[in-house]
Amino acid sequence: MTIKERAQSVVDEFSMFDDWMDKYAYLIELGKELPLIDEKYKNETHLISGCQSRVWLHASYEEEKVSFTADSDAVITKGIISLLIRVLSDSKPSDIVTADLSFIDEIGLKAHLSPTRANGLVSMIKQMQLYARALHIKNS
Amino acid sequence: MALNIDNIRSDFPILSKEVYNKPLIYFDNGATTQKPLQVINRISEYYLNENSNVHRGAHYLSQIATDHFENARKYVAGFINAKSHREVIFTKGTTESINLVASSIKGLIEKDDEIIITAMEHHSNMVPWQQLCINKNAKLRNLSVAGDGSISLSELKDLIGPSTKLIAIAHISNVLGTINPVKEIIEIAHNNGIPVLIDGAQAIAHVNVDVQDLDCDFYAFSAHKAYGPMGIGVLYGKESWLNKLAPYQYGGEMINTVSFNITTFNELPYKFEAGTPDVAGALGMESALRYIDNLGIDNIRSYEDELLEYATNSISKLVGVRVIGTALEKTAVLSFVVDNIHPFDIGTLMNQLGIALRSGNHCAQPLMEHLKITGTLRASFALYNTKDEVDIFVSALEKAINMLS
Ligand SMILES: Cc1ncc(COP(=O)(O)O)c(C=O)c1O
Repeated sequence: MTIKERAQSVVDEFSMFDDWMDKYAYLIELGKELPLIDEKYKNETHLISGCQSRVWLHASYEEEKVSFTADSDAVITKGIISLLIRVLSDSKPSDIVTADLSFIDEIGLKAHLSPTRANGLVSMIKQMQLYARALHIKNS
Repeated sequence: MALNIDNIRSDFPILSKEVYNKPLIYFDNGATTQKPLQVINRISEYYLNENSNVHRGAHYLSQIATDHFENARKYVAGFINAKSHREVIFTKGTTESINLVASSIKGLIEKDDEIIITAMEHHSNMVPWQQLCINKNAKLRNLSVAGDGSISLSELKDLIGPSTKLIAIAHISNVLGTINPVKEIIEIAHNNGIPVLIDGAQAIAHVNVDVQDLDCDFYAFSAHKAYGPMGIGVLYGKESWLNKLAPYQYGGEMINTVSFNITTFNELPYKFEAGTPDVAGALGMESALRYIDNLGIDNIRSYEDELLEYATNSISKLVGVRVIGTALEKTAVLSFVVDNIHPFDIGTLMNQLGIALRSGNHCAQPLMEHLKITGTLRASFALYNTKDEVDIFVSALEKAINMLS
């Protein structure tokens, strides 16, 4: 699936919920399932600044594709990262850097998160794109 | 006297708002309180009928604006029982009041002097002193906070030494709700010839503040945390101290005469009020303080104490909830954590349920470190909150905890 197709599947999933509490319950569930980052990467280097809850993000590069693993001490944050990972992980760096991320607005995520959390969301995306760019340069 | 909360609530139209189709429950009063119609109307009345610059014009409106502005100052002076209105400086708020002192006292601080603060200070009453100390090669000393959120006077006595030049401390902690024994602290400090600045941001709307009885040298507060408008606050300073301090900013009304080489400065309080002041804000603040006076600060205090006790007992029944800040003397602030759940997760769900709380470090990172927690949730109360709201809050909290465990 392309990034666009994966984003669309997230939008479709969220459209099934009318109530925001159900959306959060779903995010919490996703958060609990998030593929966890290797403990050794849960350090200062992998901490994303700009999030009020702590978020660790690690990227690896294999067969020209970037994969992400992450963790957070807040479970809703984990749910959000797991959405981002689902959409962006296992993609070519150039696709990650240029990805259309309007699905975040479409599922209403940005509007429903407090400003600090929304900032954190922006920081997470920025960091994923930075990793993609760096890994691309390093491996080309 | 018991307060008539229904009447009070009708003065605050914003309280009947709905958020996400739920009735708003506003428990973020420590960040800012809502404003009653009396304040809102006073501000629009000023702009509708009185607007003019103060201390300038030899014209009708300017005279009215000036009179009202100066009457507001006198009202504030009366509210905190200052000896004179000259001791009331209008600022942007608590943060600016503290920065004013930290900046203007620079000339009196030397290398190896010491300034004492506590581990519970808001960044606004910490960073200005830290930066002053860095600037002057002076030392910032930190009074520790016990597990219950209280400080120890004997530890303070140990910290005080011949190099101590100032003590700066919150009257009430914005995170823990602790009411610090400021009167005793000031007495100890004065016995050692040390001036004291009190950060009254969280106190002014909740407890009686009498600067003469406290005998504090400086007292800082913001109108917006006491039902008044944002963007205005007060620095109270003893006249003898204010005369010793250098001006903070230059220009406008703070100037007496200017020639190319030299400027002489105006007398108190104008010496510290550079530029056009927030006249509407001052009038709004006066209305807010009148509102408090009409109800009686002691009535407000006992109502809020009752509310806090009720809320504390209610949330303590929930499994995993731990109250942060259990000092005997506390008011209006209820901080808590839930075992194994991040405050942000709860805050997010509570927001969705219509409940405005604050989550995070509350601009008190050193305190979080000191208490070894990453953050708390904070419900902070005002005179218009009710036990019914507390009940809704507690059942929402229960729901959030269930979803997250
Ligand atoms: C204890 C304390 N000090 C200072 C401040 C800063 O007040 P302001 O932002 O109005 O300047 C606050 C506000 O949160 C506070 O709670």
